[in-house]
Amino acid sequence: MSGTLAEKLWETHVVRRADGEPDLLYVDLHLVHEVTSPQAFEGLRLAGRPVRRPDLTLATEDHNVPTAGAAVGPAGTVLQIEDSVSRTQLETLRRNCADFGVRLYPMGDYEQGIVHVIGPQLGLTQPGLTIVCGDSHTSTHGAFGALAFGIGTSEVEHVLATQTLPQRKPKTMAVTVTGRLRPGVTAKDVILAIIAKIGTGGGQGHVIEYRGEAIEAMSMEARMTVCNMSIEAGAKAGLVAPDETTFAYLKNCPHAPAGADWDEALAYWRTLRSEPDAVFDREVVLDAATLSPYVSWGTNPGQAVPLGSPVPDPAAMADPAERAAAVKALAYMGLTAGTPMRDIRVDTVFLGSCTNGRIEDLRAAAEVLRGQRVADGVRMLVVPGSMRVKEHAELEGLDEVFRAAGAEWRSAGCSMCLGMNPDKLAPGERSASTSNRNFEGRQGKGGRTHLVSPLVAAATAIAGHLATPDEI
Amino acid sequence: MDKFDVHTGRVAPLRRSNVDTDQIIPAEYLKRIGRTGFGDGLFAAWRADEPEFVLNQPRYAGASILVAGADFGTGSSREHAVWALQDGGFRAVLAPRFGDIFRGNSLKAGLLTVLLPEATIADLWDRAEADPTAEVTVDLERREVRYADRAVGFELDDHTRWRLLNGLDDISLTLRQADGITAFEAQRPAWLPRVPVPVPAEPAR
Repeated sequence: MSGTLAEKLWETHVVRRADGEPDLLYVDLHLVHEVTSPQAFEGLRLAGRPVRRPDLTLATEDHNVPTAGAAVGPAGTVLQIEDSVSRTQLETLRRNCADFGVRLYPMGDYEQGIVHVIGPQLGLTQPGLTIVCGDSHTSTHGAFGALAFGIGTSEVEHVLATQTLPQRKPKTMAVTVTGRLRPGVTAKDVILAIIAKIGTGGGQGHVIEYRGEAIEAMSMEARMTVCNMSIEAGAKAGLVAPDETTFAYLKNCPHAPAGADWDEALAYWRTLRSEPDAVFDREVVLDAATLSPYVSWGTNPGQAVPLGSPVPDPAAMADPAERAAAVKALAYMGLTAGTPMRDIRVDTVFLGSCTNGRIEDLRAAAEVLRGQRVADGVRMLVVPGSMRVKEHAELEGLDEVFRAAGAEWRSAGCSMCLGMNPDKLAPGERSASTSNRNFEGRQGKGGRTHLVSPLVAAATAIAGHLATPDEI
Repeated sequence: MDKFDVHTGRVAPLRRSNVDTDQIIPAEYLKRIGRTGFGDGLFAAWRADEPEFVLNQPRYAGASILVAGADFGTGSSREHAVWALQDGGFRAVLAPRFGDIFRGNSLKAGLLTVLLPEATIADLWDRAEADPTAEVTVDLERREVRYADRAVGFELDDHTRWRLLNGLDDISLTLRQADGITAFEAQRPAWLPRVPVPVPAEPAR
C-alpha cells in the first residue's frame, strides 16, 4: 500500500506494531446485534472481564426480529416472538447489554433498526474511523471513508474486552467507475456489475476503494449500497473517500461533531483521500454508460447478468468449475439456459435490507408503484431499514402508496434477507429481492432468490415477472 | 482453545467450490446462544437433500480433514460455521482459497485452514475417493501436509502458527499490551463520536 486512503486509515489506528506479528488496530466504533454476540458476552463473563469501552459500543436488534403485526410494545418487552429459541436470543442480548452497560436500541425503540442503517443515520459512522461488527455487511460504513469490516464472534469478544483487533494489512484495489449512469441504472446495478466482473473471490484479501465520476455523483445512500456488497466480491472492506456529499449528510446527524469540533473534524476529514500518485495492488475500471439494470440468475451474487439477457448456458463456459457450478445453480433455481430473464415469474418481492432499505430506496420504488397494483399471485414485503426510515417514509406518504398497491408495510429488521425470522420463502418460492445474497436456502430452505435494484423490484411486483419500470 | 500441532486423520472430499457459510450452517441454527452442539446443522441442507452428499456416505464417517474447492467459506461472517465443522469432527480444512472472514474465524477457534494448490487438492480428492481409509497428516510444526509418499508445504505466518501450537488465547495476549492501548486512547481527538452510555437504574428503595 502506498499513499492510498486505506493505508492512511490503517496507519492512524495502529496501537502496536511488532516484527512478525499482526498490527494491533484500535476500534473507534463497535456495532453489536443479537446473533453474533451471545457467545462473546458469555466469554467475557467466564473470564471475568468487563467491556472496555461501552461508550464506543452500540447494540441493536435486527436479524431475528419479527417485522409483522401491530406496533411493537414498549421497549423492553419481547412481543410476538413465538419461537422460544429466538426469544431467548433477544432476551440474552438485553441482559448482556444491561449487565455490561452497553447502549441497546431494542424492538419498540425509535432508534432500532438494521445495524448498518442506524450507525450512519445517527452520525456515529464518520470518516476516518475504524468500525467493526459481527456481520459481513459492515463494509457498508466504508461509504463514509471509514475502514469498516465484518468480524466473527471470537473477534467480537476480543473487541469488547480490549477495543482492539490484531489484523494483517490487506492489499488495495481501486475500482473506478467512469462516466455517468443512464436513467434507471442504480448503485445496486453498479455493484452487481462489479461483482460479475471481478468474481466472488476477486476482492479476496483487498480493501476496495470505489472512485470515479459515477461514484462521486452518488448520494451517501447509493454509496452505502455499493460498499455494502463489497463482501460479495470477497473483499475485506469497501471505501469511498469523503467529500462535500459526505459532509453535507453528516452536518445534521445527531452524533456528528458540532461547533468548533465540526471545523476541526472537517479539516481532518478533508485529508482523507488517496494521493494522486497512490499505488494500488490492483486496478479495475468500468464505464458507467455501459451499465444497465442487473439481476442475478444463480446461487451466488457473481452469477448475474443484465436484465435484457437470457439465462446463461453452462456449455458456453470455458472453465470446468464455473460450468459445474452453473449447472448446479440452474438446477437449484429451476431455470433453463436461454430463457429470457424477463420471462422469469416471481411470487414474492422483498424491498428492504442493509443494501437497499433506506429512504431513497423506498422513494424510488414508491414512484414506480404509485397508482399501480402488485400483480395477482405476487406477495410484496416492504421493510424499512430502521424505525427512523419507517417514520420518514410515513411522513412522505410512501406507506400509503405501498399499501394502496397491495404491498405489505412492515417494521424494521433484516427480515427476508436471511430466512431466520418469520419472513422467509417457502421451498420452491421465487423472489425478486433488493437484498445482497442469493445463496441456496438463504431466504428460506429451497427458496430461489433473484437479486435486483429497488426499481426492478417494484416493476417486477407489478408485472409478475422480472421487469424494469419503463415496461410498466 | 485446543493446541494444534500434528494431526493425522481421514479425508472427506468435498468436490465443490464457492461453498458459502449459509451452506455450512443455515441461518436457522444461528438462533442458538451456545458455542457447541452445532454438529446437526453442518451442511444441513445438502445432507437433507442429497443422499449421495459426501457427509452422508458411511465410508467417510469419522473423517477429520475436509478437503474442498476454492473459495470455501465465503459470505456471512458467522463463526458458527467453524463451530459446526468442529462439532462435526473436523480439525482441519484444506482448500486453494478461503473467504477472508471464515479463515480468520477458523484460526481463532483452532480449526486449521490450510491453503494448498489446486493440483494437490485434486490429488487428495482422487485418493480419498479411491481409498477412504487412507490417512493424511497435517503438520503445523513443519507447515506440511503429508500423504502417501508426498509432502506438500503450506504457508502460515509465524505468529498464527505459534499461537495455534501453544493453544493461546488472543485476548490474554492483547491484554499484555493494555498500557499501550491506554496510551493510544489518550491521544485520540476529543471530537470523535461516542455512544450515549445507559445510566444505571436507581436501586429500588
